[in-house]
Amino acid sequence: METLYLIFIDPFVQMAIEPAFLAEVLIGGLMSGVMYSLVALGFVLIFKASGIFNFAQGVFVLFAALNFVGLMDLGVHPILAFIITLGIMTALAFAVDRLVLRPLVNQNPIILFMATIGIAFFLEGFGESIWGGDVRPVRVGIPDTALFWETGFGEILVLSSDLFAGVIAAFLVTVLALFFHFTPVGRALRAVADDHQAALSVGIPLNNIWVIVWAVAGFVALVAGIMWGAKLGVQFALSTIALKALPVLILGGFTSIPGAIIGGLIVGAGEKLFENYWGLPLLGGATEEWFAYIVAMIFLFFRPQGLFGEKIIERV
Amino acid sequence: MFTKKLVTAGVAAAIAAGAVGVVQAEEGQFIPALTYRTGPYAPGGIPTANGFTDYFRLVNERDGGVNGVKFIVEECEYGYETDRGVECYDRLKDKHGGATVISPYSTGTTYALIDKATADKIPILSMGYGRTSAADGRVFPYIFNFPATYWSQATAVVQYIANEMGGLEALKGQRFAFIYLDHPYGKEPIPTLDILAERFGFTYDKYPVPFATGTEQKSIWLQIRRTKPAYVIMWGWGVMNATAVKEAANIKFDMSKFIGNWWSASEQDVLPAGDGAIGYKGATFNGSGTDYKIFEDIMGVSGLSDDGDRGTVLYNRGMVNAAYIVEAVRLAQEKYGKGKRVTGEQVRWAFENLDLSAEDIEGLGLTGLMPPTKVTCLNHEGTSPAILIQQWNGKTWEIITDWIPAMTDVVRPLIEQDAAQYAQENNITPRTCS
Repeated sequence: METLYLIFIDPFVQMAIEPAFLAEVLIGGLMSGVMYSLVALGFVLIFKASGIFNFAQGVFVLFAALNFVGLMDLGVHPILAFIITLGIMTALAFAVDRLVLRPLVNQNPIILFMATIGIAFFLEGFGESIWGGDVRPVRVGIPDTALFWETGFGEILVLSSDLFAGVIAAFLVTVLALFFHFTPVGRALRAVADDHQAALSVGIPLNNIWVIVWAVAGFVALVAGIMWGAKLGVQFALSTIALKALPVLILGGFTSIPGAIIGGLIVGAGEKLFENYWGLPLLGGATEEWFAYIVAMIFLFFRPQGLFGEKIIERV
Repeated sequence: MFTKKLVTAGVAAAIAAGAVGVVQAEEGQFIPALTYRTGPYAPGGIPTANGFTDYFRLVNERDGGVNGVKFIVEECEYGYETDRGVECYDRLKDKHGGATVISPYSTGTTYALIDKATADKIPILSMGYGRTSAADGRVFPYIFNFPATYWSQATAVVQYIANEMGGLEALKGQRFAFIYLDHPYGKEPIPTLDILAERFGFTYDKYPVPFATGTEQKSIWLQIRRTKPAYVIMWGWGVMNATAVKEAANIKFDMSKFIGNWWSASEQDVLPAGDGAIGYKGATFNGSGTDYKIFEDIMGVSGLSDDGDRGTVLYNRGMVNAAYIVEAVRLAQEKYGKGKRVTGEQVRWAFENLDLSAEDIEGLGLTGLMPPTKVTCLNHEGTSPAILIQQWNGKTWEIITDWIPAMTDVVRPLIEQDAAQYAQENNITPRTCS
């Protein structure tokens, strides 16, 4: 009986008694969700354009951030470091296209997926061999102070770095949306995403498109890496944290940019609420590591294409 | 340095994960070095590995080894993964005439190796980590954890908090928080803290941090902000520590009330948080900095590590670990033959008869870096476990207390009880230590 009370009654009583704490948990969760969304965007871009699930996207985040902060540590100005890293990520996109994707064209999707796992392991080791395994703080002027917001029902803590990440994510989504809808390259990307054969038949060069989309995904990874790095320091764990984008994609849909954002917010808020009101009191904590995956699994039962994904119907 | 790293990156990529680097090739006293220079735990693994290997280089180059027997050190990268640590042990234990001693730098790996190393007659020196009850040498003849165990450390930290609050009586009714890595290492002091809580009348909230990343701590710190514990004690490692210090600074927690154990209080743990880390405290048993005689000797030694971590808390601890091994080998040679290679079994004898006085340590140029240590057959923890408390001032760690003795009256019965249970479960007949 007591267990039932702790599961179904007590959490809601706590929420009602301490609304300020509930608000803190919710805001903190939503802000974490924004960070997951930033990573998920990269997955979506590549999947939309090429149908490849790029398992290495999480490592792209780490690799981009490592290069950025590594260059800064060598005395390079942050803006120049950003441009050079963007160049490195574009070069990486070329390399992936020439060395991995082209030789494997027309192969089964699982082969391409396995190839991206290989890319992930290579980049992880390569990046760490060059830049080392220490935690490297990112100091690019991102505000990193705690703001205490006095409300009628108590004081609420909000981190300025979280708010900044939210603004950046919104900006990035807007830029990507404009890019996809109003530029020739963006329209070509959408055409390729809709139908490869049809896109080829109207003269869209598939190979160039793939390089562009992988480079754009590299840019998104760089932004996500800087944001994560400013929050936690650039560190090896980033590639593992970035995998949290997987349940985000399952929730939001693999082909939807708004889905990546909404999915991220649901996962972020959900895991923090669960940890604080159910995980810590009932299960001893540390539920954030698996909560999102359980939610994703449940989602798969009822809506496998995600909230905004396209329902794929294959006629036999 | 960057160019050098770039070149070595190509080689490293070719060798791939689990690369083994031979430090010295000639025959001699073989020391396998289980290291983790990659992964989320590399921030702690790199300086400890550097200090450990550099000390052997120093002894080889300065002294020609021990009575002419040089050390062969071979690294095996295991990423702080227990299964890979065991694999490294199996791969290295018979090389170069057999391993002398193993220092895994991981409680999980130490646990996994207890039976194997005992069967292979290779002593494990889990210096300040590992299975606490291995301090009972009657049941664990090959496992050593001096100069103090986790349980002793936990009692000394609580003693320090009591001293700060006005005595042990002041602990009554207090609420603390214990944030720990969700791993055998992080869980190790919990039985002791439970007993201390019962004995002194305080309560504490446990906050496990997931092992895979070590960074999922947002909820924990929101809870700490909500519950306002009098002190937060941390048993962390790797990137978990830096994240915790940063999160604590974010919620404006009084850093002087935040105490890490000796694996949670190094430069790597506080630098990422910037000025927010000022005031953070940690336990230690070794000094930091390079203002010690040993660092005069080390200047000019060839082939040393160049990661810029010389003099950091963990680099120095790696050196201390190696120094204990070198002195045990020296002692074993005195009994079994000077100038001869000694076996793991002979080094085990030496560990059990190790008695490093303040004068001995001064002779080694290590005064202030390691505590006087006396180990016995019965007590593998050392006969006087104690800790120092250090505090981060924004630039360096400052020692702010004298040695705080562990509550051995609490810890030793627990050790013997746990060891006896282990002996019973594993059909071990404890040897007599007379």
